[in-house]
Amino acid sequence: MLSILGYNVGPMLAQGVLGLINGAFYALLSLGLAVIFGLLNIINFAHGALYMIGAFVAWVLLNYLGIGYWPSLILVPILVGCFGMLIERVLISKLYKLDHLYGLLLTFGLALIMEGLMRNYFGSSGMPFAVPESLRGATRLGFMIMPTYRVWVVAASFVVCIGTWLVIEKTSIGATLRAATENPALVQAFGVNVPRLVTMTYGGGVALAAFAGVMAAPMYSVNPSMGSNVIIVVFAVVVIGGMGSILGSILTGFGLGLVEGFTKYLYPQGSGVVIFVLMVIVLLLRPAGLFGKAA
Amino acid sequence: MLMGFSRAQAAALLVMLVIIAVAPMVAYPVFLMKVLCFALFACAFNLLIGYVGLLSFGHAAYFGMGAYASAYVAKAWGLSAELSILAGGLTGAALGLIFGLIAIRRQGIYFSMITLALAQMAYFFCTQVAFTGGEDGIQQVPRAAVFGLISMQNDMAIYWLVAVVFLAGFFLVHRIVHSPFGQVLKAIRENEPRAISLGYRVDDYKLIAFVLSTAIAGVAGGTKSLVFGIATLSDVTWQASGEVVLTTLLGGLGTIFGPVVGAVIVNTLEFYLSPFGSWVTVTQGVIFVACVMLFRRGVVGEIGAKLKVAL
Amino acid sequence: MEISRRTLLGTAAAVSTLPVGRARAQAKPVLKIGVLNDASGPYRDTGGETSLICAKQAVEEFASQANGYTIEVIYGDHQNKPDVGAGLARQWYDRDGVDMILDVPTSSVALAVATVAKEKDKTFVDSGGATADLTGKQCAPSIVHWTYDTYMLAKSTGAATVKAGGKDWFFITADYAFGQQLQRDTTSFITAAGGRVMGAAPYPFPGTTDFSSFLLQAQSSGAKVLGLCNAGGDTVNCIKQAKEFGLTLDIAAMLMFITDVNALGLQVAQGLRLTESFYWDLNDCTRAFTNRVKPKTPNNWPNMSHAGCYAGTLHFLKAVNQIGIAKAKASGTAIVDAMKAMPTDDDCFGHGSIRVDGRTLFPSYLFEVKKPSESKGKWDYYKTVQTTPADQAWRPLAEGGCYFVKS
Repeated sequence: MLSILGYNVGPMLAQGVLGLINGAFYALLSLGLAVIFGLLNIINFAHGALYMIGAFVAWVLLNYLGIGYWPSLILVPILVGCFGMLIERVLISKLYKLDHLYGLLLTFGLALIMEGLMRNYFGSSGMPFAVPESLRGATRLGFMIMPTYRVWVVAASFVVCIGTWLVIEKTSIGATLRAATENPALVQAFGVNVPRLVTMTYGGGVALAAFAGVMAAPMYSVNPSMGSNVIIVVFAVVVIGGMGSILGSILTGFGLGLVEGFTKYLYPQGSGVVIFVLMVIVLLLRPAGLFGKAA
Repeated sequence: MLMGFSRAQAAALLVMLVIIAVAPMVAYPVFLMKVLCFALFACAFNLLIGYVGLLSFGHAAYFGMGAYASAYVAKAWGLSAELSILAGGLTGAALGLIFGLIAIRRQGIYFSMITLALAQMAYFFCTQVAFTGGEDGIQQVPRAAVFGLISMQNDMAIYWLVAVVFLAGFFLVHRIVHSPFGQVLKAIRENEPRAISLGYRVDDYKLIAFVLSTAIAGVAGGTKSLVFGIATLSDVTWQASGEVVLTTLLGGLGTIFGPVVGAVIVNTLEFYLSPFGSWVTVTQGVIFVACVMLFRRGVVGEIGAKLKVAL
Repeated sequence: MEISRRTLLGTAAAVSTLPVGRARAQAKPVLKIGVLNDASGPYRDTGGETSLICAKQAVEEFASQANGYTIEVIYGDHQNKPDVGAGLARQWYDRDGVDMILDVPTSSVALAVATVAKEKDKTFVDSGGATADLTGKQCAPSIVHWTYDTYMLAKSTGAATVKAGGKDWFFITADYAFGQQLQRDTTSFITAAGGRVMGAAPYPFPGTTDFSSFLLQAQSSGAKVLGLCNAGGDTVNCIKQAKEFGLTLDIAAMLMFITDVNALGLQVAQGLRLTESFYWDLNDCTRAFTNRVKPKTPNNWPNMSHAGCYAGTLHFLKAVNQIGIAKAKASGTAIVDAMKAMPTDDDCFGHGSIRVDGRTLFPSYLFEVKKPSESKGKWDYYKTVQTTPADQAWRPLAEGGCYFVKS
């Protein structure tokens, strides 16, 4: 077998592929966070909890109403997105004039409430969620076995990420949105309903989290703590990518998955901390993150 | 003005002293000691967020490492109580110096994020080195005697030690805040560029404040480990960092008594809600939300505003 | 949830009116049991409220025989934090008049509570904790370790699997003390039985959700058996992903409860091997017990840890009756000595005994999870592969290193 620096290439390649799959998932999760931060300046600590809620809603739809994976993929983001808009209207919208800190604390509190309630109601061992019929099975690649579902995750994540980026950077809606965050008063004067636009944006970001939740349900167990397990990592992705830079989050998500994947192979114990080491280094060298604009 | 306390503050201080003296006759001393340790921790945290405007999201690292250091020297080297606690404080300060040098170079949310990342690295360190005992922690830490003479086996004896440590830390924070040094810190909080243009070496001031805060956090952690005879990973987690934010926010950011009141409320709630499992989490969440939405100044801050005095 | 805050406060008040030496004529002394486990975190279903329900079941069945005292059960959450657990234990023993602490899963917390129990000479019956140190290096005369331990799991699952032909192993291990101990113990049985360990991947705990990388390492190591030295959600995730990545290795879950199997579903869990010392469908007695408890916990049937809470409480109460309430209130060691002197006998574990170091002795069972087609109904999950008799299932007394056991 081919080897570089004493390591076999086959396993390394496999780890790289796995890293990219995880990276796709990180990118998808941090996307919503980046949208919410970039456009609304809210540090949405509830993002992980909303992702978890997304997975649970999909589970409930399947088990109580018989609604399967595919309809859920559309339905759940809409439902949870509406819930997000409600949160924004009732709570978050009251905090825009204050320090970032308060938004962070509020959403942290919301995350605790959501997680606690779900645990009270559904228990802690998690719920089984089967892979949809059409995505079962796996392909032999020679150096590894590639489950069809993971290929789908990468593809879907890629499409959604690029789509979101295009909407915000290249369309007139996106332009209005960006303008509204730069100078709300002026945009309001042009006859745009800025508060509604902001609510919709938050809802959109939340919908992305819920979408990731549905994607995750067949891979990981649907579990009340699934959100708090990833939230810190996802934060790190957004910070490293540059807070508010959507493209930065996407690229960092993929890159980080790759780095983590290799760490899992070479030094498994360290795979949890490597991201924080990177974060410190990046913030020291580039204060606004890899792709962020300097303040 | 008494020692930098206003009249209202002096009155509140008197109330606090009386409560500290009387409480162990009514309530369970070990519970009170826990409250005092967390109150001191919150005071240390408040020094940064309340008076310099720095939100450290990794303060558990200094608290937890202080706990490990005290537990280790008390158990392995058989040091006396006051030296063990001192070791906790020194560890907090040393770690704070290293992390502070890195973190204070960034502002706002980036400062918070870098402190979080550094704390996660400290956590990783604790899981990997042998002396911390993994998730079992350092257990069976002896309650060493003070000066090697005064036995701390009795709950009441160690209670007075904890009370003294707490009050010393409390007065120290107060002294710092009301010194000329503290005035500069507040100037930095209000307007950093102006403080720079006035010729202050802002980074030095921030670093000193950071180290002072982490040293006190280390003392609080070390004291806690002696009281409970155990130092564990849970004090180094980011959730523990979140809890000190909750405590301080609830009590009142930038108030002298806020962190103390916050610690009393948070610990009491945790105590009474213990049989209800996840409702603790839910209640904590509701408190966060209520604080942010309804009384942003915290309990003490709101009372102070009502009475038109600074507490 | 049975206990309301009011009853909790009420019981605290009730106890405080019972100072020794000033017993009021009309008030019977109260014997208090504190169930302490994870009520809010990842191990809430393997312990949690069902443990409380099982303890209360034992109290209910025994109450009429209680000789001159009433029995109360209180409940607390240790959040899997040793300091929280030790703090609560201290307070329960010191102030709230708790006579016995029950359950305490999570090894680190169990060890912390054991320290307090030893210091205060109070009874501690552990059911949910895994570490064999409770009856070894950290043993104490007032501790009983009921349901299982790392040694028993390692022996039953490790040795039996090697004997059945699974010689080459790879471990995925939660990188903390409990996971490492389980891996060490299992390794020694594997090598003793002539097997080999081809490698191990220690992963950061907690916080790992994707195990595919480690599964791939296992696959390419050439091993035939994958040993999972972790618990709860991590084990569930590992198994789920092993299925997804078409892993060809047999999986041995070193610590897994029926509640976890229920979370996985048979479709994914089928073929798994694991060890428990109790299964609801073992015999008439276990079925009878389960039928009594089931209505109170319809969605979370008792696993071995829950059963241990029932059996441990029952045996504890018998011992208290025997030595009398006054002596029981005064010394935890006296109660535990009486518990050790009597043979155990209950619906869950049958006839057994408690050894001088506090270890309960009864058989352990290696189970294989049924195929969906074999399962006849709700929670019909296991078939027994092998039974290790009581005298072989546990670590020999001399190897434990318990300080008060004379060699």
